[in-house]
Amino acid sequence: MAWFRKEKKPLKSEDRRDLASDVFDKCEGCGEILYREKVTQNLHVCPKCGHHFRVGPEEYVRIFTDDGSFQEHDGHLRSADPLGFTDLKSYESRIHAAEQAGKPEAVVTGVATLDGIPIALGVMDFGFIGGSMGSVVGEKIARIGRRALEEERPLILVSASGGARMMEGIYSLMQMAKTSVVLARLHEAGIPFISVLTHPTTGGVTASFAMLGDVNLAEPGALIGFAGPRVIEETIKQELPEGFQRSEFLLEQGIVDRVVDRRELRTTTVRLLRHMFISSTE
Amino acid sequence: MASKPHLEFERDMVELQEQIERLLALAEKRGIDVSGELGELRTKLARLRADTFQNLSPLEQVQVARHPMRPYTHDYLVRAFTDWIELHGDRSYRDDAAIVGGWARLDANPVMVVGHQKGRDMKENLHRNFGMPHPEGYRKALRLMRMAEKFGRPVITLIDTPGAYPGIGAEKRGQAEAIAMNLREMARLRVPIVSVVIGEGGSGGALALGVADRILMMEHSVYSVISPEGCAAILWRSAENRGEAAKALKLTSTDLLGLGVADEVVPEPAGGAHTDWDAAAEALGSVLARHVAELRGMDAQERREARWRKFEAIGAWRESES
Repeated sequence: MAWFRKEKKPLKSEDRRDLASDVFDKCEGCGEILYREKVTQNLHVCPKCGHHFRVGPEEYVRIFTDDGSFQEHDGHLRSADPLGFTDLKSYESRIHAAEQAGKPEAVVTGVATLDGIPIALGVMDFGFIGGSMGSVVGEKIARIGRRALEEERPLILVSASGGARMMEGIYSLMQMAKTSVVLARLHEAGIPFISVLTHPTTGGVTASFAMLGDVNLAEPGALIGFAGPRVIEETIKQELPEGFQRSEFLLEQGIVDRVVDRRELRTTTVRLLRHMFISSTE
Repeated sequence: MASKPHLEFERDMVELQEQIERLLALAEKRGIDVSGELGELRTKLARLRADTFQNLSPLEQVQVARHPMRPYTHDYLVRAFTDWIELHGDRSYRDDAAIVGGWARLDANPVMVVGHQKGRDMKENLHRNFGMPHPEGYRKALRLMRMAEKFGRPVITLIDTPGAYPGIGAEKRGQAEAIAMNLREMARLRVPIVSVVIGEGGSGGALALGVADRILMMEHSVYSVISPEGCAAILWRSAENRGEAAKALKLTSTDLLGLGVADEVVPEPAGGAHTDWDAAAEALGSVLARHVAELRGMDAQERREARWRKFEAIGAWRESES
């Protein structure tokens, strides 16, 4: 057999077991092995394929605020267990485990400036019980919404959520109404609300504040919908088409205003706010 | 003879009712006096109904709320109201039969009534989609509520749905946006709004008609963030545990009154609304009239602000030191 006929196994990423896990990341989009530092510098977007890695609230706070301007509000609010809810685990133990993991709640709220514009900001954290909306999420969003109203600050809410937190029963459902009531008041006062939808945003959060932006922006490839894809497939007994409920599909259907790359979120938001709210002389 | 649709725990009551009916038929045919026996049977039935319906488990409450003979929106519309004239469509896509709406009179006063509509048989249920609306249903509801606003008439919503429909078309046409918009716009309406959960208050699809000045619940209705089956499938990993889920979710009218979400529970006839539609409708009609009259007496802006405060106050949390 000629030497050049010799079969060569292609090098697979799985073979690179020795890669230091704190130095490299594998892109979930294209499989490329990437220097973590490069990815971080690129706002956790794959430089090769543009895949958006899921990031925590700190990253969005950095994106939407001027350095050092963010002041957190209501960080002391913690979930209670109003129903004494227990399934296979108690809700109390779920809250405790999430808090032990260093996450105070499923949303961080506060005020800041963004390119010098005073804003009110809320960022959800999917890492805290699936970013689910219970009383604390509803209350913090209601409070930051009222502050936006009182101080006439544009409101930016960044969503990532599996929906209502069912362990709080009817209270979790009512947070949809609660947040929407505050947005109604903001709407009448003529204060802009920009909703930023990230992967994934479904259920009660989508069906309340996340869809009520004057402008709804979505990160590329994010799953955004009312019902989760599994529920729909079980209901209609068929597989869903490729790309269904993704940002680009929602843009096509006219449900979001723009699909915006994470690296463009800040500048897009600033431009929008200047169009909507800030007079040209300022 | 096949008896009317009934629930497992209603069997004894249905049998008693049938005995009473047979006895009455016999009495009429033969012209004999059965009043003694009849009285005995009726007392027995009344006692059994009272015992059973005062001690329902949460899951049984859910079953009563979904009872196939339970009065639906239209059944109340033609009993508790007069001069009902239905209006159709969202002016944009199509008419969603899972939500009905239109003008009616409560006592003599014109009101806009909007409600979920379930079907009673398979054919009607296919038409009504089992009371599960698409976005155009919610948009029709909003169009009609805005019409009420234009003419200064109160809005009454009747809630009875397993939930908003989770399907391809619904997602494409913006199910989440349609629900969200109703939440926001109902908060803004200047006219009085009274919502009544008449049967099943299923999640966001129910709430989309539920941002109101008053939230009433029929005694055996339920209102929940998720169905006990759905909750059990996720948290217990099996829908079999729906009884435990129904209990944990605190979804009965008594629970919601205790949690401060429901403002009033409307008592149903002993044995549930499905045993006497007229009596259930009469009870609802008089409670509705009282609330509407109270709300009419308020200043529009004050009423709206009270509505905001009501929803903004819902929830429970802890405050940590750090």
